[in-house]
Amino acid sequence: MDNTVVSTGTEGKTWGGGNQPLKSSYGKMMMWFFIVSDALTFSGSLAAYGFSRFKFIDAWPIADEVFTHIPFYHEPAPMIYVAFMTFVLIMSSVTMVLAVDAGHELKKNKVIVYMFLTIIGGLIFVGSQAWEWATFIKGDYGAVQTKGGNILQFGEYVEKDGEQVFKRVALRDFAEAEHTDRVQHESKTGIWFTSEGSLPSFTVEEVLHGLEANTDILVRTQLINEDGEKTVLSRSESVKQIKDNGKLVVEGANLQVNEYGTPLFADFFFFITGFHGFHVFSGVVINIIIFFNVIIGTYERRKNYEMVEKVGLYWHFVDLVWVFVFTFFYLV
Amino acid sequence: MADHAHKLEILRGLVKFKSNTQKIWGVLILLSIITTVEVAFGIVKPDWGRTPLLGMKLINWIFIILTIVKAYYITWDFMHMRDETKALRRMVVWTAIFLICYLLYILLVEGGYVFDVYDQEYIKRDF
Repeated sequence: MDNTVVSTGTEGKTWGGGNQPLKSSYGKMMMWFFIVSDALTFSGSLAAYGFSRFKFIDAWPIADEVFTHIPFYHEPAPMIYVAFMTFVLIMSSVTMVLAVDAGHELKKNKVIVYMFLTIIGGLIFVGSQAWEWATFIKGDYGAVQTKGGNILQFGEYVEKDGEQVFKRVALRDFAEAEHTDRVQHESKTGIWFTSEGSLPSFTVEEVLHGLEANTDILVRTQLINEDGEKTVLSRSESVKQIKDNGKLVVEGANLQVNEYGTPLFADFFFFITGFHGFHVFSGVVINIIIFFNVIIGTYERRKNYEMVEKVGLYWHFVDLVWVFVFTFFYLV
Repeated sequence: MADHAHKLEILRGLVKFKSNTQKIWGVLILLSIITTVEVAFGIVKPDWGRTPLLGMKLINWIFIILTIVKAYYITWDFMHMRDETKALRRMVVWTAIFLICYLLYILLVEGGYVFDVYDQEYIKRDF
């Protein structure tokens, strides 16, 4: 064991080791490489979303009709809330980079303030995300799913600014509640290993009777026409579709059904925004840890705030991913 | 952290900032403007946006290009990619971009093909 290191004659030269061609510390470099691999994970998810969307290009839900809600405001207003979320995340990125900058100048108190603001921004974003999920799961108008798995929605033409506009009508506003004996299937009755979730508020028959009684209401299919809008069926065709093909009343969205269109849309929405939200959440947790380290003066004693820079890289990456999620779920 | 000399020019030297803090706020303004334009297009949905171009609507290309511009400024200025060495920058950026383009190309072409099969051939999923 006395001499396992052989002198190679390259000491002091490029291949002798000890030099840093990338001029970057080990920790920062590894954070960059982690970000590359995480970026590829997100790209894989988004590319799979793109695949499914191209597969159903003529029947994909229109995001502007799905995400139209703002807390405490009851008129449909697409884009506004998600624009707010985007701005919150960009703002928290800015406070993060300001914290990194203050760290370079070894200004402890400034780092504390900016880290705190970053954490608050992250929490607001995660909260908004949770609210967006809750609204999406709850749904608003309800729809009927056909035997083929397509979604039929309801609405009527109303006069607005001298134009005929198709306005959605909720199931609860026209379906006729009747007395039925339909009971929820529980595992104690019948096959022991199956049970079902909560029943929808109406049966397909009730929706059909309501549709027959309200002659203004028309059915809208998933198919997108040349004007970029969903196809509205004629009155007779509407009743016929519900009568012949209606199978299940759908309210809201989950992993199996989605009142806004194909269930794949809901699946990808939950998976991709959920995975992103999980990143934001873990980013907040890491930020809090570093925040307390700054307060107790760990980096002050080290005379080096590079840890703040490293979590900063991760935090900006989360913002970067959101920029793409925003585009592909809400804009395109 | 002895050397933290930041490059303070953005937009190819069109705008040059006096300090790094000032550059951060400048980039924030740029990102906010781009986001506002995107949201405005998303709400208004102009008719010319539906013109088909290379397999997608024109407006979608505009959204994607604006998104990449945003991603560039987040990476270059917030993540300080502008100040890293060329080798590190290329390791991270070129690798990711190459793999992502490859994956997207394969999956999107396949998705379009599956659509055509349902649309024109004798296979149906909806009865």
